[in-house]
Amino acid sequence: MSGEFPYLRDQDVVEVQRGPEPGGVGGAYRAFGETLRGLKTTMARLIEGPLTIEYPEEKTPVYPRFRGRHKLHKFEDSGLEKCVGCSLCAAACPADCIRVVAAENIPGERVSAGERYAAVYEINLSRCIFCGYCEIACPFDAITMGHDYEMADYDRADLIFTKEMLLAEPIERTPLRAEGE
Amino acid sequence: MLPIADTTMVEATWVMIAKSLVIFGVIFAILPMMTVLERKLIGRFQHRYGPNRVGPFGLLQPLADVGKLLSKEAFRPANAIPTLFVLGPLLPVLSAVLALAIIPWGDVQGGVGFYGIDVPIGVLYFFAVGSIAFYGLLLGGWASGSKYSLLGAMRGAAQLISYEIAMGLALLGVVMMGGSLSLVDIVKAQGEMWFVVPQIVGFLIFMLAGFAETNRTPFDMPEADAELVQGFMTEYGGMRFGSFLLVEYMEILVVSGVAAAMFLGGWMGPGPSFLDPIWMLAKMLGLVLVFIWVRATLPRLRYDQLMSLGWKVLLPLATLNVLVTAVLVVVT
Repeated sequence: MSGEFPYLRDQDVVEVQRGPEPGGVGGAYRAFGETLRGLKTTMARLIEGPLTIEYPEEKTPVYPRFRGRHKLHKFEDSGLEKCVGCSLCAAACPADCIRVVAAENIPGERVSAGERYAAVYEINLSRCIFCGYCEIACPFDAITMGHDYEMADYDRADLIFTKEMLLAEPIERTPLRAEGE
Repeated sequence: MLPIADTTMVEATWVMIAKSLVIFGVIFAILPMMTVLERKLIGRFQHRYGPNRVGPFGLLQPLADVGKLLSKEAFRPANAIPTLFVLGPLLPVLSAVLALAIIPWGDVQGGVGFYGIDVPIGVLYFFAVGSIAFYGLLLGGWASGSKYSLLGAMRGAAQLISYEIAMGLALLGVVMMGGSLSLVDIVKAQGEMWFVVPQIVGFLIFMLAGFAETNRTPFDMPEADAELVQGFMTEYGGMRFGSFLLVEYMEILVVSGVAAAMFLGGWMGPGPSFLDPIWMLAKMLGLVLVFIWVRATLPRLRYDQLMSLGWKVLLPLATLNVLVTAVLVVVT
């Protein structure tokens, strides 16, 4: 406490802006009026009703371009996989979470429409940052981002999605936002 | 020894016991529902639902809460004072239950008075018994051996002295108009007009002081969960904490009951006389809703603000109200 004041006492006058002083009959009257106004405000909120979306039962619809879990696609007519195992998605992936091992198509038991197909296609969703670069990089639109965002799991190993899991028709768990909503 | 009860009407002991059990049972059935009601209403006031997971509409929430509290360890800090620490939550419960006895639920019907006991000094009894609750708060806070608890208890003391006088004076006007201290007689005196009309100032002052008496927002400085982590309750856990919580709601009911009896005509209401307790309960619950509404609206005051409000505004207003009432009572 022996130190000097950090400012000169006489010269640096600090002007403090003060609100209305509490107390006194005038203050109480004002406070009473403001209290009534506050009560009106809260009652209006009560009448408006809750805005809560009760999540597990009720979901916020996602936008059409929402980037959720990936999907791999097949041609609808031939049933062949669109993916040709080119690994461009893996190259584009900033999180390095896609692993593609390509293999040659054998005539007679073709898997994909191209020369080669993806023998192994894995996405490690615990590393994926859902940037959508894989979707952009893909020359055949074989991989797209879906709408599913409920991917919590108990084991990290379960978050490595294989080709079969990505190809499978996902359970539609997420409502889609209507046009203009 | 002077009789504290009305000696002109004597009831059998078993009637008294049965009455006590009924009142006790009904109130203790209402208390848990009040906690759900409060949480749900506060939720609605904030655009939320409030608890709705346990049981239908979340009605079993208090059961889950009490079950959880009961399973907790009865912890006591090393530097707490054991006996006083245990006494802390007991005194408020005692005080609230005692105060419950004088709430009038109806007139004498078929030789049975629809009230716990008709004390001729009803209003004084309410104040005497109600103030005991603060001893529990002070003892509990002090005996916890913790800074937060002590601060909460000190705030409680500061609060007590600033609202009690105004509260007493607010009721004095009604006592003068009713010509009696007994709550039953005061309710009977409101046959023509509820005292809330001529005594609106008294009613408002009483309700304001009631918020302070029950440690509710805007006067919940002794608890102050944001700054003092529940103040005097900080060191309490398990059902000791639970009883502090329970007593808050019981005190709300008691204050609402006294306010309903003294200002809102008590059990008076249309319909046959066996509906009287229902009317009383409805009026009490209406006031409870006001308590909740105010809690959802107002922030906590500083305690110097409460003291300046109590001493500079409520006390003069209440005194003026008493003076005017006295003059009017004498003149008319």
